[in-house]
Amino acid sequence: MPQASLNPVPLMQALSELVAQAESAIDSATDLGALDAVRVRYLGKNAELTARLKNLSKLPATQRPAVGQEINEAKKSLQQSLNAKRSALESEVRAYKLAVDKVDVSLPGRGLSLGGRHPVSRAAFRIEKIFRDAGFGIRTGPEIEDDFHNFTALNIPENHPARAMHDTFYFPGGKLLRTHTSPVQIRSMVEEGVPIRIIAAGRVYRCDSDQTHTPMFHQVEGLVIDRGISFANLKAVLHQFVENYFERKAALRFRASYFPFTEPSAEVDVEWEEGKWLEILGCGMVHPNVLENAGVDPEEFTGYAFGMGIDRLAMLRYGVSDLRAFFENDLRFLRQFQ
Amino acid sequence: MKFSEKWLREWVDPTLDTDALAHRLTMAGHEVDAVEVQGNSLDGVVVGAVLDVRKHPDADRLSVCQVSTGNGDIVEVVCGAANVFTGMKSPFAPPGTTLPNGVKLRKAQIRGVESNGMLCSAVELGLGDDADGIIELPPDATTGQALSEYLDLPDNTFDLDLTPNRGDCFSVLGIAREVAAITATPLKDASVDAVKGTIRDEHPVELELPEGCPRFAGRVIRDIDSGAKSPIWMTERLRRSGLRAIHPVVDVTNYVMLELGQPLHAYDLRLLRGPIRPRLAKSGEKVTLLDEREIEVNTNTLVITDDSGPIGLAGIMGGLSTAVSDATTDVFFEAAFWPPEFMAGRARQYALHTDASLRFERGVDPAGQARAVERATALLLDIAGGEAGPLADHVVADYLPKNAPLLLRKSRLKKVLGTDIEGRRVSEILTNLGFTITENTDGWHVEIPSYRFDIDVEDALVEEVARIFGYDQIPEVTAIAETPLAMASETRIDLDLVANTLVARDYQEVITYSFVGQEINTRITGTASKLILTNPISPEMSVMRSSVWPGLLATASSNVARQQERVRIFEIGKTFHGTLKAPQEVMRVAGLAYGDAVPEQWASRAQSIDFFDVKSDVVSLLEMVGPAAKFDFIAAEHPALQPGQVANILRDNGVVGVIGKIHPDIAKTFDLDKGVLVFELNTEGAFATTVPVAVNVSRFPMIRRDIAVVVDDKVAAADLVAAVESAAPELIQNVRIFDVYRGPGIEAGLKSVALGLILQETSRTLTDDDADAAMSAAVRKLQQEFAAVLRD
Repeated sequence: MPQASLNPVPLMQALSELVAQAESAIDSATDLGALDAVRVRYLGKNAELTARLKNLSKLPATQRPAVGQEINEAKKSLQQSLNAKRSALESEVRAYKLAVDKVDVSLPGRGLSLGGRHPVSRAAFRIEKIFRDAGFGIRTGPEIEDDFHNFTALNIPENHPARAMHDTFYFPGGKLLRTHTSPVQIRSMVEEGVPIRIIAAGRVYRCDSDQTHTPMFHQVEGLVIDRGISFANLKAVLHQFVENYFERKAALRFRASYFPFTEPSAEVDVEWEEGKWLEILGCGMVHPNVLENAGVDPEEFTGYAFGMGIDRLAMLRYGVSDLRAFFENDLRFLRQFQ
Repeated sequence: MKFSEKWLREWVDPTLDTDALAHRLTMAGHEVDAVEVQGNSLDGVVVGAVLDVRKHPDADRLSVCQVSTGNGDIVEVVCGAANVFTGMKSPFAPPGTTLPNGVKLRKAQIRGVESNGMLCSAVELGLGDDADGIIELPPDATTGQALSEYLDLPDNTFDLDLTPNRGDCFSVLGIAREVAAITATPLKDASVDAVKGTIRDEHPVELELPEGCPRFAGRVIRDIDSGAKSPIWMTERLRRSGLRAIHPVVDVTNYVMLELGQPLHAYDLRLLRGPIRPRLAKSGEKVTLLDEREIEVNTNTLVITDDSGPIGLAGIMGGLSTAVSDATTDVFFEAAFWPPEFMAGRARQYALHTDASLRFERGVDPAGQARAVERATALLLDIAGGEAGPLADHVVADYLPKNAPLLLRKSRLKKVLGTDIEGRRVSEILTNLGFTITENTDGWHVEIPSYRFDIDVEDALVEEVARIFGYDQIPEVTAIAETPLAMASETRIDLDLVANTLVARDYQEVITYSFVGQEINTRITGTASKLILTNPISPEMSVMRSSVWPGLLATASSNVARQQERVRIFEIGKTFHGTLKAPQEVMRVAGLAYGDAVPEQWASRAQSIDFFDVKSDVVSLLEMVGPAAKFDFIAAEHPALQPGQVANILRDNGVVGVIGKIHPDIAKTFDLDKGVLVFELNTEGAFATTVPVAVNVSRFPMIRRDIAVVVDDKVAAADLVAAVESAAPELIQNVRIFDVYRGPGIEAGLKSVALGLILQETSRTLTDDDADAAMSAAVRKLQQEFAAVLRD
């Protein structure tokens, strides 16, 4: 009976075998390629299920819907299995790829490293910042100075014994390398007038070279001129500065001293260790002659000035024992201040 | 200045121990550098008398001495000193004595002879550094007397660092006056009894230059005992004050100088030829000084002359021709006032620095000359006998400095110090300091003693009051002042930002000297500096640098020599240009890179630094200025740089910097055998900036088109970019060079340059047609201007 071969029962049986076979093939696929081959074999253009769908038309009309549904459901089920398997395999691949894409985090990074500031610049920046934050302006002045600004205007006339102590570098004709930053006082007062609150940091030069002296070093000068400025104010500002700079409480000692451009004059020591005093700066009330030289009336205005060695402050702050190290520029030394 | 504490206490004796005294002096402005203990722990050491000296039987260099130690005891002592002799008095330390150096003496067998103690040298007793032989005490020393008692020990030597304004403190008297004021302790009367002359002899003195010598006190003393010796108390005081005993006459002058502050000179009267005339030296004059050095005297220097010519440098050092010696019997004392303005810097001209010149330069009491001669006369007569002539005090009073009286206002005192000091206390301080005061309601009228020539303004009196009152007694008061907000300029890149950017790009900041050698400066810059120091430390530091590079090269060199393979350094500092009449100081930032572009590492192959690494660093600085500024790198030549690897950096047609590779010949002189890349920027020109003005960014998509052209190798890439940009300036936002190729496929002398054009409109979406049109325009431009051939 020709219909017998088209009996739906055997067809159904064959279909379930086919599905089982395919499920097993899907299950045993170990990579995405193999899985795709399974897909082609069971669901591709020439696959059995596809052929059976095509042959549906040969079935009696009454059987077609049922058989068609069976086949479609088998297809759908296989497709789901395939998808599940694919995503399982894909996540395995991803996991593998991530597993192999791992680095030795202890290896150094690529490219440039970091340079560093010079400790003297670092100290200068710090000093400037402390005063800038308190409303001081930053000023500069020439390093090749004239006798007037470096000495005469600062109440150090010719033949003054203090001149001999300055170990000045001279040029022919009388110009010189400034021996201190104090000339900036004069220039600033003349240019801007008073009241004035400034500091001026920079290079200064003295003809002296030994273990504790370099022919070039750095100073910072401070100047405050206003009505009613007193020695008591000077004491306060320097005490605050020293404690801010060293970031600790510090006892200060004002010793009487002599600078031609201040009167009274003082040298200031900080108590570094118990009972051990280190000199860190010189200061005083601006001498009336200096004010007059800058066109300021010393009866109306008073003021203070101070000068300190930046190199010395840097040495103390960073534990440097030899001043000369600052100018030898040994990179192994400098890199400590990154 | 050094002085003996005992000597000081003879003048003023406050109830302070040594440390407290030193502290008070330091705080009052006379910094005590050191206090050296003299003759501490001499317990047991006595004056010994050497009764007999015999050679040691078994040692050539030793003697066996019989020493009387007083109270009848005689001991046998083995002595190694060559200067021991029979009859000598010398310090004797018996067994059991612990010497100042910690050595405890015991009886000892020395080469078979028992030694019962020791005759001592100065060094062994801590009485100086003379280790050459044992101390010879004067013959009249009392045998058996404790040495410390005999020498008035222990004592301390104070070493003071005097400030240059206080020439008056260069003496025991000067310090004593200060101590008296600081501690409110009475001072011994400083006046000296006049010595009446016993003969009439005077030596003529002619003050022909009174401005240079307004006062000259002199005195003749005849017939002194040329064999006399200075007494031990005097030589000990001299020694403890840092001076050696030389000759009784010289010792007396030194002693008086230390005591009263007035330097004296003593001539051998018989060697003087005619009147003494102080004057300025004439050109070419020479004099042989006491140190036997002949010097040619500058015409700015005062000399003492007699008929034979110059016989000494006034106030500095006497001459050899009239010097006292062991044969001298007749002496002429000189105590002059040489004004500081005639003394300043003079001794230094001759590399001299004497106790006298130091005092005269800082100023001596113009009223102290006669007193010094009187004191010296009395001392010399005491020591060596002789007959004194009358004191001859030659004065031209008009030329002597006078201290004008001053007014110290109470209001000024308070204004300057910021605190109130009780009027009574102020009066007391001024009086104790030796000022003569008259108080009124406003303040004090103050007469200044002759020795306080430093007190020349009212504020100097303020200081006097403050330092004796005590700086530590002045409170700290924070000034309350109006502080208007400072202008925050945005027209300049802060150099700290520049520095920190270089630091972020792996540069280490250095600081090198502003002076360099002329030769290297010229070699690096091509021009000799006109700013040449008169007194450089060394030829290598003799001119002001006109480039930072010499310093950077030297720094690189020394670091490479220290096995640093990679050096990246920068410096921000001035260079100096122009002439002495009109010097120019230019603030610059300069850098140097040497060795590998990046530190040696696993991830990238080592590659030496080249022009473009450093150019990128420089551009990173310049970009801080903002997009409105345009910098051009123009091929150039430079004496320090390798041809073909030099660019001037231009801004608005002005050169603001240079970048390039150091010429290998120059690198070699610095022992740098790899490429050295450097740059230098003028901060003023390079880092002036304008405030950015925002424009809206385009919301429309960009289109990128690439062109590759073959052009002559000499064509600058920047010119190609400029040409392309100008072809359609409103559309072409950016042109980047993504390839430059020379080699196979490209004819020699030509190169292929690939350009990427970024096109964008601000008001609409670009079409392909727009892009094509812009491309064609760009290509035409390149063809016209550079004969460029389009590459497929």
